[in-house]
Amino acid sequence: MITCDEAVTICDKNQYREAGLRQRWQLWMHLLICKHCASYSRKNRRLSELCREAKMRQLSDQEKEHIRKNLDEARGS
Amino acid sequence: MAKHTLNPDLWVDRYADYLFNYAVSRVDDMELAKDLVQETFIAALQSAVNYKGEAAERTWLIAILKRKVIDHYRRSNTKKGMAEVKVAFSPQSDQEGDWLEQMAADPESVRENDAIETEELGLAIQSCISQLPEKQARVFVMKTVQGMSTEDVCKELDINPSNLWVIIHRARTALMGCLNQIWFN
Repeated sequence: MITCDEAVTICDKNQYREAGLRQRWQLWMHLLICKHCASYSRKNRRLSELCREAKMRQLSDQEKEHIRKNLDEARGS
Repeated sequence: MAKHTLNPDLWVDRYADYLFNYAVSRVDDMELAKDLVQETFIAALQSAVNYKGEAAERTWLIAILKRKVIDHYRRSNTKKGMAEVKVAFSPQSDQEGDWLEQMAADPESVRENDAIETEELGLAIQSCISQLPEKQARVFVMKTVQGMSTEDVCKELDINPSNLWVIIHRARTALMGCLNQIWFN
């Protein structure tokens, strides 16, 4: 039997498809008997869904660097 | 009330993505949005002396960006030619001057409404991310938004995998709390 700490970590990894088959099985068994982790797991999945739906945009590192450079120049002047 | 301070050195890291997402949702043009973010930072720098510390840094920057968005629409309306702007004369307006121009606002500007704003998922998440501690935000974004592998993130930040999962866990827990009221029902 795995602990809650372990279950939660597997649950997090699972959001990124990085939990193995055995781990997922262990998690599943744990969620059957632990309300606390089951609730965390539900919210965790929902958070993953929301992040996918949101289509968040990121500026690339180069773009940020560019902005930073212009900002530095503006401060210098 | 605690006074807020400005840290221009951290602006790009902390707020660029948040402001960028806000701008994209308003102008629907990535390049233009990027320019608006840039202009916002420069304008903020120039008016930093006027910052009284009453609003949080981010709130203050967003307010400047909103002005920039409005200015943009005003400019593009002007370009189309004022003669084309035929609006019904508003009976309650008897002001002289450039009121015509002001009335020719972008039809979308109803989005400036704060209640609607909070319902925009991407911004809500971005806003919560920007409240996370620096490292949590960075790791969460690399994994979740950029979809980087655990190995790559660890290499880039020089941390070990168990470290990474602890950080991810804290970030996710904080985000659930932050987004809770509106999005988890």
